[in-house]
Amino acid sequence: MLELLKLLMRNTLRHKLRSVLTVFGVGVAVMAFALLRTVVTAWYAGVEASAANRLITRHAVSFVFPLPLAYRDRIAQVPGVSKVTYALWFSGVYIDKNQFFARLAVDSETFFDVYPEFLIDKEQFETFKRERNAAIIGVEIAKRYNLKIGDIMLLEGDVYPGQWQFVVRGIYQPRDQTTDPATMMFHYKYVDERVRQEAPDRAGQIGWYIVRITNPDDAAAVSEAIDKLFENSRAETKTETERAFQQNFLSAASAVITAMNIMSFVIIGIILLVLGNTMIMSARERTHEYAVLKALGFSGAKLFSLIAGESLILSVFGSAVGLLVTFPAVEGFQKALPKGWFPVFYIKPQTILFAVISGLLVGLAASLIPVRRVVATRIVEGLRHVG
Amino acid sequence: MERPLIEVENVSKSYRRDALEIPVLKNITLSVPEGEFLAFMGPSGSGKTTLLNLIAGIDKPTEGRIFVGGTDVTELSETELALWRSRNVGFIFQFYNLIPVLTALENVELPLILTPLSKKERRAHAKTALSVVGLDERLHHYPRQLSGGQEQRVAIARAIVTDPAILVADEPTGDLDKVSAEEVLALMERLNRELNKTILMVTHDPRAAERASLVRHLEKGELA
Repeated sequence: MLELLKLLMRNTLRHKLRSVLTVFGVGVAVMAFALLRTVVTAWYAGVEASAANRLITRHAVSFVFPLPLAYRDRIAQVPGVSKVTYALWFSGVYIDKNQFFARLAVDSETFFDVYPEFLIDKEQFETFKRERNAAIIGVEIAKRYNLKIGDIMLLEGDVYPGQWQFVVRGIYQPRDQTTDPATMMFHYKYVDERVRQEAPDRAGQIGWYIVRITNPDDAAAVSEAIDKLFENSRAETKTETERAFQQNFLSAASAVITAMNIMSFVIIGIILLVLGNTMIMSARERTHEYAVLKALGFSGAKLFSLIAGESLILSVFGSAVGLLVTFPAVEGFQKALPKGWFPVFYIKPQTILFAVISGLLVGLAASLIPVRRVVATRIVEGLRHVG
Repeated sequence: MERPLIEVENVSKSYRRDALEIPVLKNITLSVPEGEFLAFMGPSGSGKTTLLNLIAGIDKPTEGRIFVGGTDVTELSETELALWRSRNVGFIFQFYNLIPVLTALENVELPLILTPLSKKERRAHAKTALSVVGLDERLHHYPRQLSGGQEQRVAIARAIVTDPAILVADEPTGDLDKVSAEEVLALMERLNRELNKTILMVTHDPRAAERASLVRHLEKGELA
């Protein structure tokens, strides 16, 4: 066995330039595959982060239409509902229009109960609750703009015009990698009070409700019950699971995501072609040698081990190189994007696992044609072959 | 009376080229006793190499049967044949056919990978085989670092290392200069004489054939 391993290692290094180019070819393809999968993962981050026990109630016509704050108490009465909170998409500009991160006006009393994935220091949270213009920001925002507790953040309002001043009173940590680490949250009351003075017709309106339910299995029934409450009203609602709500967001970009998904699998095909081509060339050049080995008594299984082993070495090394390059590539890609474009951007362990498994399978698949040829070639023909 | 080591019975071989059936060997019958050094001579295309390949079990006859050491090799499956060859046949080719990425010692050890011997035993056998051919100083040389004659001697060591019943040599001196050819032939003669190896050799060279104990001529696929 060790001797066979030695032989296949030496065969792999027989044409060093070709092997190195193949390893790099596979590496680049694996890197591209992992990068694409990571981008797709980033698109789906919201869906991934969805909790099974959260429903979103929004305006039935569109998410952009507000709902009355007065719905809150009625929703809370629906059987199966354990907590109701709400949020408002504030938008606004921080520093300039290229600085993107979510800015939400939230119900500070209930919002963080429904979203336990935002981990915040208890003391900071209490201070936040006491100050009307206090804000909690994600650790990513704090890092990006070098913000500390007590710093002022000035927003130029667009949906809610005017200058808005907030004081950072809390910095939250995401519970895990699927949690957005770059959201800014502040008191809905602070926004609403000012809107009440400057644009009274827009006061008392929120963007959407987040409804925590007791049993995720009741999601459909609770959703139906909530929507029934507001049937034939001026602002009918549409309630769905948080996952479905996030997926609706993605539907606009579904063609792009589908294209990226397809591309990532096309890349697997490219790896197969790169490696398959190398293996076919190598096996053809060694037709004579394989015939000699067969004459000496080497079985088809042994020849398969030699050829598939060589192919696997190339694919495993290529995959390793690709994955090593993937980490800086993903980091560079994120830096090259406008700030906050993908707040959740990380290489999923599944992506690495899938790349490794793909590498192994492609390594095996790439050896099938040369193995078949070598096994099918009669010894006397192989001995006559001039490579 | 002792049964011959090799018995070729009414063997014919033909190849198909498109619709054409080309006969290469016609109804060959031959017996080779153990310890024989038999040379096949004849013009190109007479079927010498084909007959050698059939006896060595790397090709199958169209008709007839071949027994080697009592085994009908024509009845064996490809897998059985591979195993049989590894135990019973040593090959010596015109162009040596050593594996270029392996040293002389590793090349000789190669057929032993298929045996249940331990690594230590394999090494010892390979070294012995190389010392028999006078190359114990070249164990760790790669084929490209050896002369043609030395390469052929490594190939002979590889052929004898499993102690096979027969050695088949197809133009073993065809690619060698006169001196190297003499050395290789002397070695083969010694293997036959001292170790009682049964050798079947195909050659065009009358001087090589002189070393054999018996010479058979083939003409147009028939034994003369």
